[in-house]
Amino acid sequence: MELTKLTACQAADKIRKKEISVPELTYAYLDKIIELNKKIGAYITVCGQEAEKQADIVQKKFDKNEELPLIAGIPAGINDNICTSGVLTSCGSRMLSNFVPPYDATVIKKLSQNHAVLLGKLNMDEFAMGSSNETSWYGQVKNPWDPERVPGGSGGGAAAAVASKMACFALGSDTGGSARLAASFCGVVGLRPTYGTVSRYGLVAFASSMDQAAPVTRDVADCAAVMNVIAGYDPLDSISRDSGYEDYTSFLENDVKGLKIGLPKEYFSGAVQKEVKEKVLDAAKVFESLGAEIEEISLPLFEYALPAYYIISSAEASSNLAQYDGIKYGYRAQQFEDLVDLYKKSRGEGFGEEVKRRILFGTYVLGAGNYDVFYNKALKVKRMIFEEYQNAYQKVDIILGPTAPSTAFKIGEKTVDPLDMYLIDAYTVPVNLAGLCAISLPCGFDSSGLPVGMQLIGKPYGEGTILRAAFTYEKNTGGNGGIDRGV
Amino acid sequence: MAITKEDIERLADLARLNLTPEEIEKLTGDMETIINYSMNKLNELNTDDVQPMEHVLPVRNVFREDICEQSFDREDILKNAPEKAEGCFLVPKVVE
Repeated sequence: MELTKLTACQAADKIRKKEISVPELTYAYLDKIIELNKKIGAYITVCGQEAEKQADIVQKKFDKNEELPLIAGIPAGINDNICTSGVLTSCGSRMLSNFVPPYDATVIKKLSQNHAVLLGKLNMDEFAMGSSNETSWYGQVKNPWDPERVPGGSGGGAAAAVASKMACFALGSDTGGSARLAASFCGVVGLRPTYGTVSRYGLVAFASSMDQAAPVTRDVADCAAVMNVIAGYDPLDSISRDSGYEDYTSFLENDVKGLKIGLPKEYFSGAVQKEVKEKVLDAAKVFESLGAEIEEISLPLFEYALPAYYIISSAEASSNLAQYDGIKYGYRAQQFEDLVDLYKKSRGEGFGEEVKRRILFGTYVLGAGNYDVFYNKALKVKRMIFEEYQNAYQKVDIILGPTAPSTAFKIGEKTVDPLDMYLIDAYTVPVNLAGLCAISLPCGFDSSGLPVGMQLIGKPYGEGTILRAAFTYEKNTGGNGGIDRGV
Repeated sequence: MAITKEDIERLADLARLNLTPEEIEKLTGDMETIINYSMNKLNELNTDDVQPMEHVLPVRNVFREDICEQSFDREDILKNAPEKAEGCFLVPKVVE
């Protein structure tokens, strides 16, 4: 039995039946990391010794027949923008290449309280800014399905690690689609929780009005199990929702009868690749055959979400990243003339090109004279988009579309013109802007054998409904659009 | 709208970013593309009667009781400081 092929739920079951032990499972993952990480580049830091130690501790608890949470003893990878006490948290940036947080993010505390085994920290686009993992200071992550292609971004390390069996599940983040896009390109599951559902405490800030940590998993059942661990009220996050949390696994029902699924015609026209469109429409047919009602809807403001998202997220990023000045922590330039020169050189040397581009754009849109034309205008368009989705949810329960306009593209293919790269996010950012939740899951392969991802978009706090629909699709197709194929 | 090297230099100064001449060259073109794309696109929409939306979900101020709680140890916080002395962050001289 290849232990790393088991999902978290399957492994949890076998641990309880004493068919496998936590140390065996952990060693299997550490071996896989040794075998593959040089090639894929998913991990920035591997915590081998700590993982082995934790595995022994958890196994002893199992040996004493203690009742333990489902993810106890399950080996996980963590995006490198989630603070881990005593372990480098670089955000994929030279700026934080020496930053060892003195505290754990709330989501890490929750994983620890649930006795998960942390394998290490995962590569990502610098400060989560990118769609292809090409902006990391720690080098390119390769797509496990084709090493000449990108894994998507910004959470490329998370999705590639889960796809290539270097982690049983991962925690990523999703500010504009980072977890969903990478999940789509790597053929795994990624969920964007409704804003306020998962604590942001210790998740390094990018665009605070949209930031959320996000599970990246092998299948939908694992996704629900991880959500049960990481969701919940946190007094340390001022926008944390203080009630209304549910048992996400209770929604794992094989039933979509009567569920109204909307297909926005704008999601299926224009830039989307023909094969991607076909696979997602095939999935719609699967839902229909299982008793769901499919309805074509229209979201004419779809194309305006991207410019509004880039204005708002860059404005927030330029403000959030002002904290990196070479004084209290992070990179400091060696040679400087005075305090201001220290700031400028530390930031100039510490940040990469994409981060600089967004800081400059954010500074520009917030400037006097530009504020109304750009930032305020974007906030108005955000309201229009929000209302358009609210109206759509009067008619349908869920919206279905592609996660990305294409499958994974070649490394270097979209690095010349930044707009080419930004357009990859067109299908994911409306969710973040409008305060919705969404899950990306595999729905087949294109003719080159690359995974295609589809996205089920739910109302605010509608995680249960999208999990149920995703679970039903997976149950009835075997996942991956019915093709049983692994990396 | 045309963006000049001087515009980029001014923005970089405001954002406290040191840029190399090559970076300024590249970023001038990039910024012009991104600025014009986003402005032209959003200007297709009439937003005269729309209120800007800051928060998509209802948010309210969060207070807690003013009680002393365990905080970080000074030494732990200073561990990440590029330069420190006598329990303080060290910065270049700012007052002549």
